[in-house]
Amino acid sequence: MTTAQARRGVTSAFGYVGHQFSDHVLASLGRVTLLVGSTARSVGSRSVRLRDIAYQLQAVGVRSLGLVVTMAAFAGMVLAFQFGYGLERFGAKLYIGQTTVTALVRELGPILTALVAGGRIGAGIAAELGGMAVTEQLDAVRALGADPVQRLVAPRIVAVAIAMPLMTVVADAVGTLGGLVVGWLQYGVPPRLFVSGVEDFVTIGDFGSGLVKAVVFGLIVGVIACSTGMRTSGGTEGVGRATTTAVVSSALTVLAADFLLTKLMLTL
Amino acid sequence: METAVELHDVQKAFGEKRIYDALDLEVRRGETLAVIGPSGVGKSVLLKLIIGLHHVDAGRVVVGGVDITQLDESELREVRRKVGMLFQGAALFDSMSVGENVAYGLYEHFRWPEDKVRARVAGCLEAVGLPGIEEMRPNDLSGGMKKRVGLARALAPGPEIILYDEPTTGLDPSNARRINELIVSLQDKLGVTSIVITHDMASALAVADRVALLRDRKIALVVDRAQAESSPPVELERFMRGEEVDEQRP
Repeated sequence: MTTAQARRGVTSAFGYVGHQFSDHVLASLGRVTLLVGSTARSVGSRSVRLRDIAYQLQAVGVRSLGLVVTMAAFAGMVLAFQFGYGLERFGAKLYIGQTTVTALVRELGPILTALVAGGRIGAGIAAELGGMAVTEQLDAVRALGADPVQRLVAPRIVAVAIAMPLMTVVADAVGTLGGLVVGWLQYGVPPRLFVSGVEDFVTIGDFGSGLVKAVVFGLIVGVIACSTGMRTSGGTEGVGRATTTAVVSSALTVLAADFLLTKLMLTL
Repeated sequence: METAVELHDVQKAFGEKRIYDALDLEVRRGETLAVIGPSGVGKSVLLKLIIGLHHVDAGRVVVGGVDITQLDESELREVRRKVGMLFQGAALFDSMSVGENVAYGLYEHFRWPEDKVRARVAGCLEAVGLPGIEEMRPNDLSGGMKKRVGLARALAPGPEIILYDEPTTGLDPSNARRINELIVSLQDKLGVTSIVITHDMASALAVADRVALLRDRKIALVVDRAQAESSPPVELERFMRGEEVDEQRP
């Protein structure tokens, strides 16, 4: 291969990457931005019906509670096992309460809720809206004089943004209980000592930072699921693709946002 | 004669695929126009341009004297109150009952008391021959019933123009005949303008006052039903004999 050919190859490879970037990443960002804009306008102009939000809260929040409780109980217990194991080496197992609960409310409660319950919620929303898209139901909504963003998208995004911190509170509480049980039965730390350690050490700021993360994660899950579902095409295969894309994209975005938020909150 | 819908010099493409080049069509007020053509030629797109679900790349679409190509989504709402559409697969909302489906457009366009909405829903379901099924779910209905509920939903807000996208496709002959009779009786009773997209020539001749042939990215011809039946132009005759090539095939 000559130098000129190699140069042309490299140029065309860069061109391909640039083309893919502009075609997919920038176009997706543009679509998401437009969707967020119209959702914010719908919420701001109070054209979103409360009963639609309440219905979605029930669909995304209440029906995910069993999953959240199970996930949080195991997460709290595993965390207590790990902290207990580490702290015992330094003769500091009495601190198991504060370490477990701090990690839980600042990090594991919101992130695990967003990944586990968010995966279930995002898949459900993307599949439902995707199904509506491929069966022309979204067109029918518009043809009947309604705005799909007001009637379908905004209630779901608002509901997920409300449900996520509420589910995180439940996850924090159940996880704490799980940690307390392990601390007591495995490491012999009395529940009163576990609780008083938490009261002395864990601040409202720790708890609040987790809730702020949960709201942001809820918005991310809702926006990505709705955006992916709304532009579904290609029949049932397309619905399957949209569902997978929604779950994977929201999980990766939540993890990236978690990194940025953690850095920001520790800096402030 | 007064026109209900006009398309002038319309151009439309999806990506690289050109759908229309300089398409012109006029639909007279109160008539039923059947638009026929091979699969994949863009018949459904025509209806979606008329109701503003798709937008033209160039040209004008005039509905009820209003150039809808100049309107934004909120301004299109008023146009859509006057235009009802029956979708190919009926597009009923799975999460709602039949009654809620039919009432959907009423809640969007009017601030009516609940009893008036219920009465209107019952009247529309009766008009399509399905009285008293408000509580049923779309999944419990047969294909023909779904289409009739879809038609009741399109009728509910009192449209002046009704768009039918392949109304008899996928139905058995008995249900297809029933839908054709409904289209004719609605035009007789309500005096609405109807545009029926179909590739079923028998259905087109059963319901239409005029027949338009869509091919080669434009309206190739428009003829009265009598002429279509007795002495169709060569292009139409070829289509009726099944000699048209499917546009999506090579």
